[in-house]
Amino acid sequence: MRIRAQAQGDKAVVRVLMSHEMETGQRKDSAGKAIPAWFIQEVGATLNGAPVFSAVWGTAVAKNPFVQFTIRGAKAGDKIVVQWLDNRGDKRSDEATVT
Amino acid sequence: MVNRRVVLQRSAEVAALLAGAGLWPGTARAAWPQAAFDAKTLADTVKALGAGAPQESKDVLLTAPDIAENGAVVPVACGCALPGVKRLALLVEKNPNALAAVFDLNDALEPSFATRVKMAQTSNVYAVALTADGKALFAQKEVKVTLGGCGG
Repeated sequence: MRIRAQAQGDKAVVRVLMSHEMETGQRKDSAGKAIPAWFIQEVGATLNGAPVFSAVWGTAVAKNPFVQFTIRGAKAGDKIVVQWLDNRGDKRSDEATVT
Repeated sequence: MVNRRVVLQRSAEVAALLAGAGLWPGTARAAWPQAAFDAKTLADTVKALGAGAPQESKDVLLTAPDIAENGAVVPVACGCALPGVKRLALLVEKNPNALAAVFDLNDALEPSFATRVKMAQTSNVYAVALTADGKALFAQKEVKVTLGGCGG
């Protein structure tokens, strides 16, 4: 997961690029069998440990998802942790510092 | 006689039952609104998210391209500066399931999000703002797709 958090005045713009297949469950493989859905369902972020951002996603979010959000009251040096959870129960969490 | 094959079959049956009842930890999660993501239309999705009939509003912002060359990656952004908005949802009308994403809003966040979605074909994209008192306001924009994003 690549996270970039830039302070702009009293806000911080956070851009996150995740690495995930985001398989829709609609596609078929070369043998004609449906490829099971595999996608990120929940995304969350914390600022210095306090939850600030949460979202639920469906299969229509593009492969290797990108998301941008803006946190109020964040300043350079604050710690941002972004995590996701997919429909197989896999999760991943990464952190970044606001610059 | 209970042999390995029978045991395996039974555990598969139990797993299927649990999954059907929404008790299986791997597939069912309280926070993920299954019904909303299964809905096919704007009205059904909004209903599944617990809001009333959607109304078009100028206060909901939606940014999307006029033409998307590749339906697999369509950049969209939504926002709404009205007070009392709790959630922002992105929908693609002609996708197999309309709902793409729901973002929660709170005081710590600017009411503005950007992401990338997949589009099966040329269709309307909706940004829906869901208020605390159960209203749904939406903005729409048609995005022409030259190459669909759900083919295989």
